[in-house]
Amino acid sequence: MSPAVSRVLRLNPIACDAHGVCAGLLPELVTLDPWGYPVIAPGPVPAELEEHARRAVASCPTLALRLERQAKG
Amino acid sequence: MTAVRSNGTAEQLPPGQLPRLVAPGAPLGLEAHLRRYGALPPWPAGPAGQAQLIASVERAGLTGRGGAAFPTARKMRAVAGTAARAGRGRRRGGAVLIANGAESEPASGKDAILLRQSPHLVLDGIALAAGAVGAADAYLCVDGADPGLAGRLLAAVAEREQAGLPGVAVRVVVVPEGYVTSEESALVNFLNGGPAVPLYVPPRPFERGVGGQATLVNNVETLAHIALIARYGPGWFAAVGTPAAPGSALVTVGGAVGRPGVYEIGLGLPASELIELAGGPSAPLRAILAGGYFGGWVPLPEAAAVPVSPPGLRSAGASFGAGVLIALPAACCGLAETARVLRYLAGQSARQCGPCTFGLPAIADALAHLAWRGRDERAADWLRSLLPLVDKRGACHFPDGAVALVASALRVFAGDLERHLSQGPCPDASRPAVLPVPRPPGGRR
Repeated sequence: MSPAVSRVLRLNPIACDAHGVCAGLLPELVTLDPWGYPVIAPGPVPAELEEHARRAVASCPTLALRLERQAKG
Repeated sequence: MTAVRSNGTAEQLPPGQLPRLVAPGAPLGLEAHLRRYGALPPWPAGPAGQAQLIASVERAGLTGRGGAAFPTARKMRAVAGTAARAGRGRRRGGAVLIANGAESEPASGKDAILLRQSPHLVLDGIALAAGAVGAADAYLCVDGADPGLAGRLLAAVAEREQAGLPGVAVRVVVVPEGYVTSEESALVNFLNGGPAVPLYVPPRPFERGVGGQATLVNNVETLAHIALIARYGPGWFAAVGTPAAPGSALVTVGGAVGRPGVYEIGLGLPASELIELAGGPSAPLRAILAGGYFGGWVPLPEAAAVPVSPPGLRSAGASFGAGVLIALPAACCGLAETARVLRYLAGQSARQCGPCTFGLPAIADALAHLAWRGRDERAADWLRSLLPLVDKRGACHFPDGAVALVASALRVFAGDLERHLSQGPCPDASRPAVLPVPRPPGGRR
């Protein structure tokens, strides 16, 4: 049932400015640390959350968040 | 120049003899250098010559002496591979070598000694490593601690050109002061005209570095070892050290020892023997800080037999780092010592990534609170909760090193922490610092 390619969220911590949009759109996988910077749950993004993850990536004001392919395995 | 003979008949150094890298006495000029070590080995020409030198470095088991202890041959092969591929494809071909001698670890002095005493050994290594990866340009990066160093290195480069030694164009670059300015992506950033602060990777320097070219970044000591491996072979290199950590390394020993300074050891020497080599303890000892401010605390006397090598110190919960060992006397507060270092490190953040910008000062504050006020369980809990919130959350490994140091302090000085929590700070907390912490003019920014 798992897709051929799983995807992972990757953050560029230099670009991130702690707007927190990602945590608002994807609370299942993103929480905020005491300073407002996102803490991303490790591991691949579950298929049912992929659409939400995509939206979080597209909404990041500094383009710091990316959804990257991860080879199956 | 007639003084320089190019037929390398000089006897090689005896394999088991130390020191190898830094001869006692005055700094070695080119003539004295070639007399001691023999002529420069053949230039690694063509793919076969290049592969041969990299294979020698691999068989020797040389790992980077700048702190990460990464296998040097793997790095060289990656750069050579990227350079060759890029040359055929649409990316820019060629490669660049950065010799990293910008020693920003305040407790380390070995690169400065090496560059002062044996500049030509480093320059040999630059020429050979550049040849092996197909680099046409090399940068020798140094810090500004010794204002005369860059000029002397330039003179050494000119001396080699006049003598007609093969090599690449070497530019000597003084890197701005700061703990993270010598991180490899920070050097690339700086040489590309940017600020000397780390970059978000990938692409790593070996993929795309200076001018977009594949870039090999090696510590200057690593390059000096390459110069000797190329001359005498991998077997000679591994005649000292252990199978898991072959060869020798420069170490800086500080703190409560009779003769603090830079020593060259066979890797794997027990910590207690290194302390003896440095004149023995000058006071009863309770711990050593291994790996510098990127490393960890190791308790004494329990850990006296710990092998001073990357694998040995890693299994003891510390690290070899750039070869720093500081002996902490018994009459000393481990929490206060660590708190001062954390305050310094927090001020050295490049302030690019949130968790490092805000997390390190928070960790430094919590640790200082425990060291000099104590009696606050919540501060201890807060400190423990902060560590995973900073660890591995930066673009570079700077915050990870600071977190590892604090974690080791909480482990090794758990008894001190107990007492600070129940009775308040120990009298030793107000003693003068043992660990050197630079105070930049103008203080924290």
